[in-house]
Amino acid sequence: MSPERKIRILIAKPGLDGHDRGAKIIARGFRDAGFEVIYTGLHQTPEQIVAAAIQEDVDGIGLSILSGAHDYIFPQVIELLKEKGANDIAVFGGGIIPEEDILALKGSGVKALFVPGTTIEEAVKWVRENIKPRK
Amino acid sequence: MFKEDQLKKVGEEKKRWVDDLSKMLSETPERLPRFTTVSDLEIKGLYTPEDIKGIDHSRDIGFPGIYPFTRGVQPSMYRGRLWTMRMFSGLGGPEETNQRFHYLLNHGETGLSIAFHYPTLMGYDSDSHNARGEVGKCGVAIDTLKDMEILFEGIPLDKVTTSMTINPPASILLAMYIVMAEKQGVSKKEIGGTIQNDMLKEFIAQKTFMLPPRPSLRIIVDTIEYCTKEVPRWNTISISGYHIREAGSTAVQELAFTLADGIAYVEAAMERGLDVDDFAPRLSFFFDSHIDFFEEIAKYRAARRIWAKVMRERFMAKKPRSWMLRFHTQTAGCSLTAQQPFNNVVRTAYEALAAVLGGTNSLHTNSLDETYAIPTEEAVTIALRTQQILAEETGVANTIDPLAGSYFVESLTNEMEEKAWDYIRKIDEMGGMVKAIERGFPQMEIAEAAYRFQKQIDANEKATVGVNKYVTDHPPITIWRMRPEIEERQLKRLQEVKRTRNNAKVKECLGEIRKASQNGGNLMPHIIHAVREYTTIQEICDVWREVFGRYTDPGYF
Repeated sequence: MSPERKIRILIAKPGLDGHDRGAKIIARGFRDAGFEVIYTGLHQTPEQIVAAAIQEDVDGIGLSILSGAHDYIFPQVIELLKEKGANDIAVFGGGIIPEEDILALKGSGVKALFVPGTTIEEAVKWVRENIKPRK
Repeated sequence: MFKEDQLKKVGEEKKRWVDDLSKMLSETPERLPRFTTVSDLEIKGLYTPEDIKGIDHSRDIGFPGIYPFTRGVQPSMYRGRLWTMRMFSGLGGPEETNQRFHYLLNHGETGLSIAFHYPTLMGYDSDSHNARGEVGKCGVAIDTLKDMEILFEGIPLDKVTTSMTINPPASILLAMYIVMAEKQGVSKKEIGGTIQNDMLKEFIAQKTFMLPPRPSLRIIVDTIEYCTKEVPRWNTISISGYHIREAGSTAVQELAFTLADGIAYVEAAMERGLDVDDFAPRLSFFFDSHIDFFEEIAKYRAARRIWAKVMRERFMAKKPRSWMLRFHTQTAGCSLTAQQPFNNVVRTAYEALAAVLGGTNSLHTNSLDETYAIPTEEAVTIALRTQQILAEETGVANTIDPLAGSYFVESLTNEMEEKAWDYIRKIDEMGGMVKAIERGFPQMEIAEAAYRFQKQIDANEKATVGVNKYVTDHPPITIWRMRPEIEERQLKRLQEVKRTRNNAKVKECLGEIRKASQNGGNLMPHIIHAVREYTTIQEICDVWREVFGRYTDPGYF
């Protein structure tokens, strides 16, 4: 794969949560920043998200969740990636995630969590510094 | 409103002011290059009689309770009866929510409003694999009539009205409410309340959808048709702009898309053969109250005026009640900040004031902690008290539509109306709202506006206190958490219900629903039979998903 390959990100909306304003803004922000962005659309199960990530050969998965189901969904996605031998795909996310849950989620392998107040630029910068196109 | 010579004099005097102003600005310029609303509508420094010179008092402003209702739908407005204080509530299981309902009613709330958890909203039971991680978190878990019975324990349904924020399974929750009332000895002719039942805005914005637009509309018209005959005090739909706005639309888009949705529902019901004057009085609306004070007030006033014209001129409705736009308001969740959360009390108070000055008929005020979770009892109490202080201390409810005649407010009301008509015409040209949604038109317009707003925040062109201005650290606040034993209790109860009910009857009822779904005929009586036998929400929705197929979102961004 050529070294100039663009960073490929899957933006995913897991669970039943329909709040997609943030996911769509970040998808567009990433696209404007020059990343290749695939957006899953709504109501995806962890299994569907992991399958899409592998099929699309992405470098990172950004999960957006505002319904409070983060403590189930994030670890589940990471677990399934491991099972499929795809745990080199970085998982990060954003949404309504209480402070005290952030540490636990990072412990389970979530690389970064963007909470309200994050600018598009901050998220783009983090991706540039932390996600490299996979070989 | 003004005579020629008055306007001439205004023009001359204005020239003097402009001269003085120019001199002043050459030394001390204005604070900003552009003054805009939160929706990016440009606002002038001063409004004068010239800005409303085209206004005709009786045509455009008029009197409360009289067409075109710019000043409100009732002749006495809040002097007769205050707006209904209706706090959107649902947490954990029906037990916790029942307790919250009693708490709020004991503290002066005047109407109930149910927030359901995500599985119920989407037509799944708590034991579905789609419900994993979601039970009881965003609202109350309701699977069967049993849960509704617990939810309303000790609440007489002839004494209170209830609003239910429910969409794809709205008909099922309404059926449960009817049966519950019947068990309390209250006839369906007496119960009052609202089901949201507005699927078009789900495809556009809130995204709790299940079936494709056309079968969704069919079930909505079934509920309208049934209630028109059988449940005459029920608001069959709450045509909602709230979610459109929260998804990032401008105020004008909220106004226009909501009314265009309303037009689509009226057309669908008339196509069924219903008389517009039979069902139109029971259509209700729901708007956001965002942080831009005057823009919101103008939006509500314009909404009433446009809808009155739509109903009278386009649909030829004859009853004045059919022309009236009655609406609920919720203060803007998306204007609240996770940072410095106590500031949210202030934001909510201003937004509530705008809603009241705009003549809302009922109101929910958000709690300070709602950017984190469902509100705690302490937080929701402050939110309710915010309304009570507004109603009983500030004096704003003493006179009707106090901002009428303001050069600025009237001019802005006109501007909102004109811009909304532009959108409505455009949607008409596309063949109506269903076609516009199928093309992704409102979805893209909203995504565009949301992105533009975020860029403005990121670039500090718009200020949000505590986020991009006056930023300081704040200590964490105590938030409500869902307890795992609530989910266990819910699952156990669902199992118990499924074990003890008459399963042969349930099967039979589901068969009837399937038949009516395929062959036509009003679904409501069949749904009522089914819920009486403790058929679950998912069991009914699974039939629909099989018969009608599922809707998936194209994911426009």
